[in-house]
Amino acid sequence: MTHATLPDISPAPDKRSWWRRNQIGLSPWLFLAPGMLFFAFYVIFPIFQSFQISLLDWDGLGEPEFIGLQNYQELYYDDAFYTSLWNNMLWLVLYLAAIPAGLFIALFLNQTVTGIRLYKSLFFFPFVISQVVVGLVFTWFYDPTFGLLNVMLGWIGLGPINVLGDERFVTVGIILAGIWPQTAYCMILYLTGLNGVNPEQIEAGRLDNAKGWKMLWYIIIPQLKPATFIAFVVTIIGALRSFDLISIMTNGGPFGSSRVLSFYMFEVALSEYGFRMGYGAAIAVVLFLIMLCFIIYFLWSMYQEDKR
Amino acid sequence: MFPTPIAKTSRTWQLTYQSLLPLALILWLLPLISILIFSIKPDSDFTSGNYWGWPSSFQGFANYGKVFFESDMPRYMLNSVLITVPTVIGCMILSSMTGFALGVYRFKANLWVFFMFVAGNFVPFQILMVPVRDLTLEMGLYNTKTGLVLFHIAFQTGFCTLFMRNFIRALPFELIEAARVEGIAEWRIFWYIVLPLMKPALAAMAVLVFTFIWNDYFWAVVLTQGVESQPVTAGITSFNAQYRAAYHLMSAGSIVAALPPVAMFFLMQKHFIAGLTLGAVK
Repeated sequence: MTHATLPDISPAPDKRSWWRRNQIGLSPWLFLAPGMLFFAFYVIFPIFQSFQISLLDWDGLGEPEFIGLQNYQELYYDDAFYTSLWNNMLWLVLYLAAIPAGLFIALFLNQTVTGIRLYKSLFFFPFVISQVVVGLVFTWFYDPTFGLLNVMLGWIGLGPINVLGDERFVTVGIILAGIWPQTAYCMILYLTGLNGVNPEQIEAGRLDNAKGWKMLWYIIIPQLKPATFIAFVVTIIGALRSFDLISIMTNGGPFGSSRVLSFYMFEVALSEYGFRMGYGAAIAVVLFLIMLCFIIYFLWSMYQEDKR
Repeated sequence: MFPTPIAKTSRTWQLTYQSLLPLALILWLLPLISILIFSIKPDSDFTSGNYWGWPSSFQGFANYGKVFFESDMPRYMLNSVLITVPTVIGCMILSSMTGFALGVYRFKANLWVFFMFVAGNFVPFQILMVPVRDLTLEMGLYNTKTGLVLFHIAFQTGFCTLFMRNFIRALPFELIEAARVEGIAEWRIFWYIVLPLMKPALAAMAVLVFTFIWNDYFWAVVLTQGVESQPVTAGITSFNAQYRAAYHLMSAGSIVAALPPVAMFFLMQKHFIAGLTLGAVK
């Protein structure tokens, strides 16, 4: 921010210096420069680079070879890719359950009794904890030999199930572990949203005999729209980024049945399966294109909001 | 207020609610309570099959002592601090400036630059993995804390800009207008007028970024390896590999690793929640 050395333009019609005249126009760019450069270098530019790498056959060290769309062609015939894609869709759909669950808990906690503030923060707890720890805890919860889940299933006479070892249950099991902290996040969004609900409208609704569900659906939820929007954004992003839990809980198994795109690309590009950077980048591009649909929708909503 | 305030309801529901609250909380936090209990159990409880029962003896000091004095945990924790704190500071510096630029000035590209930051922030970061890893390798920063910090700063700047810009938009613009009429230089307006007003937003952002970075696992695995630079999230996995099936130690280690963001949350709760709602929900 050293604007001290300025070109001194002698007698101009405007008596102020060059800098003085253009200050308002230039300042935003000077303020933006460091942040934008950093961001372009590490985020924007690599996105395009990934597109380019996805057209290469490259192990990350040797000479890359241009192979056109062959990586995508291979994806088309790759069963593991479809498993990951399907699991990604499952994540997207099931993860959204965190939103109504969060709303439910927020409604439950939106009271004024002694100690409620402490309750609210303790309910929020799971979100603050690293997913690595969440994954570990849930792995033990599901454990077939000593896990609490099977102990409880035993009480009602159901046989032990190995959630994380069974291809049918594994993804749902991991998603449930992910929903736990995500619900906490949605809850806090709705708690703040409920604070701002217009009390007059609730009174008016009560006079009109609106109660319970009707009140919630027609009066409360419309007013919570901003909170719902953010909850939706963070949940979608969270679902598509899911990596930590899978890596900790199953490492993609059994037999790769719990992989998602983000995990599969990591496996292809950076693990013992060989360093196939191009193929990994191609998977990432697919994931990016899915996300892009949502990003465009989010930005469009924000744009509409901004115009008002 | 919705639902109906508890004080206005029947006595029975009041009592039910009061007793339901702690029950629901215990159920909700059961996973955490269980590892808390795990972490004070003696080794013998696990071999004798007493997993979920009461600890047969209190071994908290022994278990946590082992974590702190006989493992690499302290080293990983230090790494985490050395990664998280510079990232937070870097983000605060960069985004207070970008947020100021996008919040105060009206110029044609404003919205586009803003959307670039937002879109970049929403991107699934796996698409950055291969190029960023390559970039870091080329700069000779692979497996260093610096490499991780630089990337984190850049990536978080997207989120932080969104956050600061929204906050600055809500400030009274007349203040800046008045300063301009007085002929005060733009950087002085930033430094002496807007920056002091940004303090609460900066605090909220700092707490949030701290938690995000502390809990990051993906980039830690992609950009670092080994005890000299890995943060605690990645360290805990090698810790767990070392003490396989030593559930009491794994629990104690996990709790130690999770503690700093938890402490941060409780100390700065108000800021934290303001931050999570992105300032959009009042």
